[in-house]
Amino acid sequence: MNDQQENKIASPSDENIIEITDMHKWFGDFHVLQGIDLTVKKKERIVICGPSGSGKSTLIRCINRLEEHQRGTIIVDGMELTNNLKNIEKIRAEVGMVFQHFNLFPHLTIIDNLALGPIWVRKVPKKQAEETAMHYLEKVHIAEQAKKYPGQLSGGQQQRVAIARSLCMNPQVMLFDEPTSALDPEMIKEVLDVMIELAREGMTMIVVTHEMGFAKSVAHRVMLMDFGQILESNTPDEFFDNAQHERTKLFLSQILI
Amino acid sequence: MENTIQDTQTSEIKPPIIDVGVIGWMKANLFDGVFNSILTIITLILLYKTVPPLISWAFIDSTWLSTGPECKEATGACWSVITTNYRLILFGLYPYELQWRPLIAVIILIGLLFYSKDRKHWSKYLGYAWIIGLFVMGILMRGGVLWLKSVETSEWGGLPLTLLLSIFGLTVAYPLGVILALGRQSKMTFIKYLCVVYIELIRGVPLISLLFMSSFIFPLFLPEGVTLNNLLRAQVAIILFTAAYVAEVVRGGLQGMSRGQYEAAESMGLNYYLTMRLIILPQALRIVIPPTVSVLISAFKDTSLVVIISLWDLMKTTQTVINDPQWMGFSREAYIFIALLYFLGCFSMSNFSRKLEKELDTGY
Repeated sequence: MNDQQENKIASPSDENIIEITDMHKWFGDFHVLQGIDLTVKKKERIVICGPSGSGKSTLIRCINRLEEHQRGTIIVDGMELTNNLKNIEKIRAEVGMVFQHFNLFPHLTIIDNLALGPIWVRKVPKKQAEETAMHYLEKVHIAEQAKKYPGQLSGGQQQRVAIARSLCMNPQVMLFDEPTSALDPEMIKEVLDVMIELAREGMTMIVVTHEMGFAKSVAHRVMLMDFGQILESNTPDEFFDNAQHERTKLFLSQILI
Repeated sequence: MENTIQDTQTSEIKPPIIDVGVIGWMKANLFDGVFNSILTIITLILLYKTVPPLISWAFIDSTWLSTGPECKEATGACWSVITTNYRLILFGLYPYELQWRPLIAVIILIGLLFYSKDRKHWSKYLGYAWIIGLFVMGILMRGGVLWLKSVETSEWGGLPLTLLLSIFGLTVAYPLGVILALGRQSKMTFIKYLCVVYIELIRGVPLISLLFMSSFIFPLFLPEGVTLNNLLRAQVAIILFTAAYVAEVVRGGLQGMSRGQYEAAESMGLNYYLTMRLIILPQALRIVIPPTVSVLISAFKDTSLVVIISLWDLMKTTQTVINDPQWMGFSREAYIFIALLYFLGCFSMSNFSRKLEKELDTGY
């Protein structure tokens, strides 16, 4: 493995793309996120792990306003997330998201799934949008399925289409919300391979996952969340071999069996 | 080698003769056990007792072209009540010598509907064709321009009136219902409760009373000198009524959509309008095609209630014919005839909906 080299190829720049300061969120009375501070640089890749209910999904869903935070600030690409709808739509166009359950649009063909965002949000001409779509479908090795419907594809293929769909919007940041959790074991690899390729090209990525192998080989920083807080944030080497927080050690001992 | 041998063996085994062919089918479907055999025999006897007399009544002993008194002599059906009075049934009080106008209007309408059945034909030109077609139909029915003599809407009747009430009723009620369903899901409290109150109020009232209100009570609120066409008021009542039912059906479809579809659309930066138009509604409306068509079909039949506010729809014209002393006692034949007309309308709708469902099925 030449992980070190790989990291160097696309090392983070000095420019911040996401700045989160003292962000809190409640679901009713439940305090899900308790003061998150997180800065992400361009081309940086972050893996967030933690037990279920720790708030990791909620955190990344706040970044594109699928969830609304109640205190603190989130700044994405220089724009602050407020109730300003226009701003939210602009930020969402810059932030791609891949979901656990793919969430492809089942009534549209694969290529229409991909071209829809560029055509309607970016106002790209249809023909050009479809060319872009084919380009990204080739990139995720699934171009031959372009005319099919999502229901005709396997889970792994659907997730790769979902990644391609986000890429078509040419996003600054990609958020992955447990992208492999709903997949059969033999399909996980094909999705992770696509994500690794993406990492190699210098995409800014925040990935919520329990795929520790992926974290080790791709992440610049690995974080552990629990009780709505980021308990540990470290380089992969330090995180796995020399964790500072007791909670991390416990988590790793459970997950790595 | 072993595999080959097994393959030939399996392909040579055929199902027992008793399970296939006519005998197998009869055994499985007609004489499957004592109870089912008895049922089959009873059914056969009933069919034998009813079908032949019905056929001879309707076709063999029937009279097709005769006067009323002659009909009374005959034992079979008196279809003459239709052949003699069809123009009154189909066109009502529309001036006799001008009835070619509603005829052409109905032909244009049915032609357009028929052509629009195929989704491959849906284009903006078809839209223009509809606009022009409706305009021509309006001129034909109403007259008063060019050399066409003006015909008041109170003289309209029969099939054109029924088609007008139902087709306009349904095409306006459907989008209105969708908007109401979306409104009911709105995060804006005022809009939400406005829609809830509207839907619940309308659904809580029978169509008959709505028609009465539109026809007798509503005019009392209009300023003096202002009158609104009776036909238009009935049309509006039908639209408002049907829309409330469509809204509830569509709401069911909207609730069947997963949160993930909204999130995927929103996370791309699609706004509310585009999310609904491109992602949510195409799926939700497809899911609810069967119940929607049920609502539309019953709305189509309910247009016959306009009889009570003395509009001359198909039902009313038929009743007029059978109240004619010469044709007294032949209501069966007359009702069978308009039942057939209604059935044709309803059956085409449900056929179309099944076709649409199949075409829109993408395997999810």
